[in-house]
Amino acid sequence: MTGVQDVYRQQFKTTLASFIQYRASIFIWTIDRILEPLIYLVVWSAVARAAGGRVGGFDTSQFAAYFIVMMLVTQVTYTWVMYEYEYKIRHGSLSFALLRPIHPIHTDLVDNISSKLITLPLMLPAAAVLVALFKPAFSPPLWAAALFVPALLLAFAVKFVVEWTLALSAFWTTRVSAVNQAYFVAALFLSGQMAPLSLLPHWLQVAASLLPFRWMISFPVELLLGRLTVAQAVTGLGAQAAWLLLGLLLLRTVWRAGVRVYSAVGA
Amino acid sequence: MKSSDAISARDLRKSFFVTERESGVGAALASLVRRRREEVTAVAGISFTLKPGEIVGFLGPNGAGKTTTLKMLSGLLHPSGGEVSVLGHVPWKREKAFLRQITLVMGQRNQLVWDIPAADSFELNRAIYRIPGSDFRSTVGELTELLELGPLLRKPVRNLSLGERMKCELAAALLHRPQVVFLDEPTIGLDVTMQRRIRGFIAQYNQRFGATVLLTSHYMADVEALCRRVIVIHHGRLLFDGELATLVDRFTAHKTIVVKLEDEQTDLRAYGEVISRQEGAVTLRVPREQTPRVTGRILADLPVIDLTVEDPPIEEVIERVFAGEAS
Repeated sequence: MTGVQDVYRQQFKTTLASFIQYRASIFIWTIDRILEPLIYLVVWSAVARAAGGRVGGFDTSQFAAYFIVMMLVTQVTYTWVMYEYEYKIRHGSLSFALLRPIHPIHTDLVDNISSKLITLPLMLPAAAVLVALFKPAFSPPLWAAALFVPALLLAFAVKFVVEWTLALSAFWTTRVSAVNQAYFVAALFLSGQMAPLSLLPHWLQVAASLLPFRWMISFPVELLLGRLTVAQAVTGLGAQAAWLLLGLLLLRTVWRAGVRVYSAVGA
Repeated sequence: MKSSDAISARDLRKSFFVTERESGVGAALASLVRRRREEVTAVAGISFTLKPGEIVGFLGPNGAGKTTTLKMLSGLLHPSGGEVSVLGHVPWKREKAFLRQITLVMGQRNQLVWDIPAADSFELNRAIYRIPGSDFRSTVGELTELLELGPLLRKPVRNLSLGERMKCELAAALLHRPQVVFLDEPTIGLDVTMQRRIRGFIAQYNQRFGATVLLTSHYMADVEALCRRVIVIHHGRLLFDGELATLVDRFTAHKTIVVKLEDEQTDLRAYGEVISRQEGAVTLRVPREQTPRVTGRILADLPVIDLTVEDPPIEEVIERVFAGEAS
């Protein structure tokens, strides 16, 4: 086994053991991730029915498909690093991380993946129940279903890298919660979590595509719902790859600058 | 710096900028427009070296710059000036080869994962430091024996007492057998028995692995038990670097003579300053260089039952050093 694999394996065990201590919180957070799309689904279905069955190209069963797939995509892509770094930096636990011969992002990444694996057994039955209740309609072409997997993984990678970089704002400001709030509000609208992007005004759709938001959540959902052409799908994967590269470059630069500040003003 | 030094610091400096403002709403509003930044010097140019295997006590009052110096030596802080080298590495670059050979233990902070047994955190450290399985097992075995960790390793860290946790923290920090160990107040908040045990362990670790140890502590007992050599800093400047015994000599102008006489009423004021008179024993304060002569005179002149000559307690010495009362 290589060194990095060993670290990932041990970190996974550690995270798992810690999570078991907090099973109630984990349960509640997972319920939260199930309820949020469910609420949007109920609201948008009501809107569609009131408008005579359709809103902006979605009928009730298409809304069901959208938000159930959204729920699963969110499960794969969520992170909480932005909440953690302020604490780590202010309470000095980052100091220990800096003195270890491994980049701290590894720990965060395994932590994150572990939590997804742990909560998956709760998420999948929930999705099954919602499918039975809301009867979603979607039939993606085979190629779209196949591209969904890389699109989903890239979505997670982009989101993780962008949010990890934003979390580093804690090196410069003590008001990280304000940064977080601004980001989450933008993400709520622009990543398609609250409503499919196609229902938004045109200029917001453009903004969502130019910024990383669409590529972090909405894109894989649109893909699996069969709402994209091959050309759009390929362009989307390209946008994801571009954001990932740009994100990694930013991450590297911001991390170095942040650590320099940290080690200049008092770790 | 000689290549044989484990640690070397030359004219090491660190200053911070802190924003400050007066209290009150007006000042708060004014600070929005213009922030007043003041430069605070934590370490004002100190130089010293440590040879491999040495244990050195790093002393100074709160705010003297001890922790800042330890952080510069371990690579957490970038010096504002001067040169520093630890095992031939520039610490702030935090090269992996460097990090694998050092450790920093801070008595007031924890690195162990709070909710799981220490043994699990040990496994994580094994992977992170790439410690070969057989080395890991033998080190854990040794540390378990030296620190009497046995059953503690299987309890969640949050259920351990402060002393038990500190023992586990130390073990976790030493699993990779660092050659250089920085200890910042490792015994803080611990009871006397636990302090003694931690102290004994540090001495044993140093002997067994030949590690270089730089230790800060407010408990002079730690320093007396472990360190022949001490470095004293105050206001970021080096006040003394040498043997603890020399420090006592240099910074104490007096010794105390405790005399017990057959006649408890005898007036001893002619021999020195009488500090106390208790249960028939008189304590005299005598200038250091006169101590042998005064002792001789008392023994010759008076019917003495018992007589002892003592240095003032080390706490008092250190207090004088900080107060700048050198004589």
